[in-house]
Amino acid sequence: MGGIGRSVTRLEDPPLLRGQGRFAADIRFPGELHMRVVRSPIAHGRILEIDTADALDSPGVVAVWTGADVAEIPPIDFRQMRIPGLGDYRQPILAQGMVRYVGEPVAIVIADSPYAAEDAAELVFADIEELDPVMTAVQSPGEFAPGLTTEAGVVRKSYGDLPAAFAAAAHVFELELGVGRHTGVPMETRGAIGYWNADLNRLEMHGASKVPHANRLAIAKMLSLPPEQFHLFEGHVGGGFGIRGEVYPEDVLACLAALRLKRPVKWIEDRKEHLLAANHSRDQLHRLRAAVDANGVVLGIEDEFFVDQGGYVRTHASTVTDLTAGMLPGPYRVPAFAATGHIRLTNKTPAGTYRAPGRYEGTFVRERLMDHVADRLGLDRVEIRRRNLIPAEQIPFRRGLDALGTEVVYDSADFAGLLAKLEAGVDLPALEATLAARRAAGEKVGLGLAYFVEKSGLGPFDDVIITIAATGAVEIVTGAASVGQGVETVMAQVAASVLGVAHTDCTVVHGQTDRIARGMGAFASRVTVMTGAAVTMAAEKLKERLLAKAAQLLQGDRASITLDGCGIPLGELAAACAADDGTPALTAEASFTTDHMTYPYGVHLAVVRVDAETFGMVVERFVVAFDVGRSVNPMLVEGQIHGGAAQGIGGALFEEFIYSEDGQPLSASFADYLMPTLNEVPMVESLVLEDAPSPINPLGVKGAGEGGITAAGAAIASAIENAIQYRINIAQLPVTPARLRSMLQQASGS
Amino acid sequence: MKPAAFAYHRPETRAEALALLAEHGEEAKIIAGGQSLVPAMNFRLARPPILIDINAVPGLDGVREEAGQLVIGARTRHATFEKPVTAGPLGTLLARVAANIAHTPIRSRGSWGGSVSHADPASEWCCVTRGLEAELVAESATGRRSIPAADFFQTIFTTALRPDELLAEIRLPLFGPDWHCGFAEYARRAGDFALAMAVVACRVEGGVIREARVGLGGIASTPVTSPEAVAALLGQAPSPALFAAAGAAGAAATDPDGDIHASGEYRQDLVKAMIRRALVQAFA
Ligand SMILES: Cc1cc2nc3c(=O)[nH]c(=O)nc-3n(C[C@H](O)[C@H](O)[C@H](O)COP(=O)(O)OP(=O)(O)OC[C@H]3O[C@@H](n4cnc5c(N)ncnc54)[C@H](O)[C@@H]3O)c2cc1C
Repeated sequence: MGGIGRSVTRLEDPPLLRGQGRFAADIRFPGELHMRVVRSPIAHGRILEIDTADALDSPGVVAVWTGADVAEIPPIDFRQMRIPGLGDYRQPILAQGMVRYVGEPVAIVIADSPYAAEDAAELVFADIEELDPVMTAVQSPGEFAPGLTTEAGVVRKSYGDLPAAFAAAAHVFELELGVGRHTGVPMETRGAIGYWNADLNRLEMHGASKVPHANRLAIAKMLSLPPEQFHLFEGHVGGGFGIRGEVYPEDVLACLAALRLKRPVKWIEDRKEHLLAANHSRDQLHRLRAAVDANGVVLGIEDEFFVDQGGYVRTHASTVTDLTAGMLPGPYRVPAFAATGHIRLTNKTPAGTYRAPGRYEGTFVRERLMDHVADRLGLDRVEIRRRNLIPAEQIPFRRGLDALGTEVVYDSADFAGLLAKLEAGVDLPALEATLAARRAAGEKVGLGLAYFVEKSGLGPFDDVIITIAATGAVEIVTGAASVGQGVETVMAQVAASVLGVAHTDCTVVHGQTDRIARGMGAFASRVTVMTGAAVTMAAEKLKERLLAKAAQLLQGDRASITLDGCGIPLGELAAACAADDGTPALTAEASFTTDHMTYPYGVHLAVVRVDAETFGMVVERFVVAFDVGRSVNPMLVEGQIHGGAAQGIGGALFEEFIYSEDGQPLSASFADYLMPTLNEVPMVESLVLEDAPSPINPLGVKGAGEGGITAAGAAIASAIENAIQYRINIAQLPVTPARLRSMLQQASGS
Repeated sequence: MKPAAFAYHRPETRAEALALLAEHGEEAKIIAGGQSLVPAMNFRLARPPILIDINAVPGLDGVREEAGQLVIGARTRHATFEKPVTAGPLGTLLARVAANIAHTPIRSRGSWGGSVSHADPASEWCCVTRGLEAELVAESATGRRSIPAADFFQTIFTTALRPDELLAEIRLPLFGPDWHCGFAEYARRAGDFALAMAVVACRVEGGVIREARVGLGGIASTPVTSPEAVAALLGQAPSPALFAAAGAAGAAATDPDGDIHASGEYRQDLVKAMIRRALVQAFA
């Protein structure tokens, strides 16, 4: 009942469907105050003076603080992937003397209503001397601060003999490829409620998400609180996509204000703030050289790329750059490789991770190269890929690179097998023939595909505590988090499979730092792998105890007893075990640890039609073939694929943060930052495979959170080129109608 | 995204509404569907000290036919037009146009009068109002006047309405069966404000176009007509070549501005295509 492999509906959904969700804005404490952030209207400048007098006089205002009032709070530290030298580029919670992007917090107003706070915030006047902004990461580094350049760091990764590869090459191709500035846009904007709990003599932050335990330590340290005096509580979360739930200035400010004022302080981000202040992502430019032999086999890739980090280096430090370089070669042999990634500061909103960080970009780059080689050598685009794929016999495959501090080892894969299944699944020859016939009749329609390798299940650990009550109810406590992806359902299914109970008898507690000492949270498609493994282990321990107890009570043979066949209700057995232990209920803990990630993979296929008059592009078909090792809940895997594909299509055709030359954001509302809607996204077709279960975790699962997005940009670019029969080289995402028009005009020499 | 403070009135008669406008005109804004005004207030781009909500005023909704005109009450919601409101070619045209305006929730609140009073040059109703040469009827405590569309739209977000005036109705010509009407627009996403749009209406007699109206939107500070496209059409028999020529003539006479979504040149290409497509649709 509801065990692994069943598409059961989500345990999370009833309160959400009934409007009983508790998102950040739904959390209310009596006597709460409201915080409004005053943000820099200038991209780069020196703060001369901030006048808060009028704001302080405004009705309902309790406090107005500027950088001077929080000067003792250190800047926000890194959570992931620190490399030396980045520390000087961290963001203070309120600007200290300099502003570095439009939207940077320069002051906060705390008042008794959100209206009063917003009214007063308008009265804070920051006198800022404007400096020239840096608006591209490609130009040579300038000065960030005295003695510091705008190049915060360089990530280098390589393997193999690159000079030999180029010496042996029949062809050398050079490409310049870029991906625009996008971000994950969760439906729920950020929010943080700082609450001084006088009864428990502790500070609390409600509205937490993604990585509550890490944030607990980080914020406690910044506020000089012992961690025991600070707890985070996750409610419902309306999407994360990598950006929501990191420590941002506003989280620390709300907590600091609650601590100082000893009153609840609530901050709810509005959408305009969200687009200006929450992490941006992507925005990379790659300069690539590839050595290719006469058959189209890639012998070596040398890639130099520039990451537009924005105004500061935030919690992710070098994560995106690291993942871009470490994952770039993908499923292909590529015997020699070198990547150099420059992390450059500009005067835009700071950047971090967004669903498939580094892989969306790197996959675009690598798969564009494959299309380019196919085109130049007159080869079929499927064939070129087949010639370069790592053969199944070479798996497990040591990539020769590291990513997120782990060695990249493709743990299980049949790359060619998946490609063949996709070709058969969509009947590729017939589809190509139909499209060719449509083109012959005058339509501009084409097909593209792109291969990807994802990573998932980042360690180092996940802990789980499972308790079985005398009623038979199973409670699973984990340090993972839920950003809306179905953690409760999936963990209940895993536990139910082992214990032979209904998944509906299991409840899952996550994101509460007072319930479990350690936790890694939810990111990098890690939860089903890591927490799933820990749940399996803890449930197995319990099963052993219960079976032993049953054997004892029945005076039977342990080996021939089963939990559902023994005739003793689970709760009774659990109570008997608890009595032995002298505990109120039967409990087991388990910790799953790993040094390696597990690597799901797949192919995206897109059919795109181009309108010859308007240059509008319509995605007619989008197919994702994705091997996830083992699918705990196929419906949820498909949901992840659909959502990811929608975001991938957004990044390929619509979404882009554009700035004016003087650093003003021109896409700071949904009127200009174009999210794809149902009208722009076709019904995504998915082919979920379980041909390559992971050998490195007890369930064989691989994370499914990101493979829906990874190759979308690459596949769509490929399809557009095919639609217009390769008269242009699509080198930049998003492909907007205006860009397509000017490319076509240039190509036709007009 | 919280509006600045404002006072709120909800008159229940037209006289009361007009009296409030007479008293507060300069300071006040009418709120109808709120689909343009409220976002502007939430961004604090608009901060009217007084709102006069006309949603409780009777007699501002609905359409009727009168003396060869379709009379549209200013508060008639966009969604009303999703099904033809009149039997002739006009009803079909308006239904086609309505489908392009925003999304269902916005269409169920936003009003024709609000759209034209707001005077976004990329608004479909503004394009239709101007292109089909509508008349707009304004009322104030001191009287009622009719304003031709050509005089109504002054520049972006600016109309001929005086601060004490309420727009009461919009009057469109009820085209007879010898008229052919069409509309086309191009937007990045379904429901977005279009990058360019065209509305056309042609009367055909003896196989040739005798009368024509062509309106364009999204390309200048107001909706405009295209006398050049009209000139290309008059006296000609409808044909694909004619439609393309009219598009080219219309586009050549425009000089659209560019923004982050489309350059002026690209918009000009779109004008050409939209006039052509509107004509194809009209004669399909
Ligand atoms: C997401 C989104 C997408 C949209 N997309 C489109 C689109 O594609 N095409 C499009 O045309 N529109 C679009 N709109 C705007 C929408 O159509 C608005 O409804 C319309 O522009 C205004 O009508 P309203 O009744 O809501 O007016 P309100 O917002 O209430 O008022 C708008 C202005 O008109 C004035 N006003 C209103 N009624 C009168 C009156 N009777 N007399 C005098 N002044 C009056 C108000 O004072 C105000 O200045 C969109 C809106 C949103 C939020």
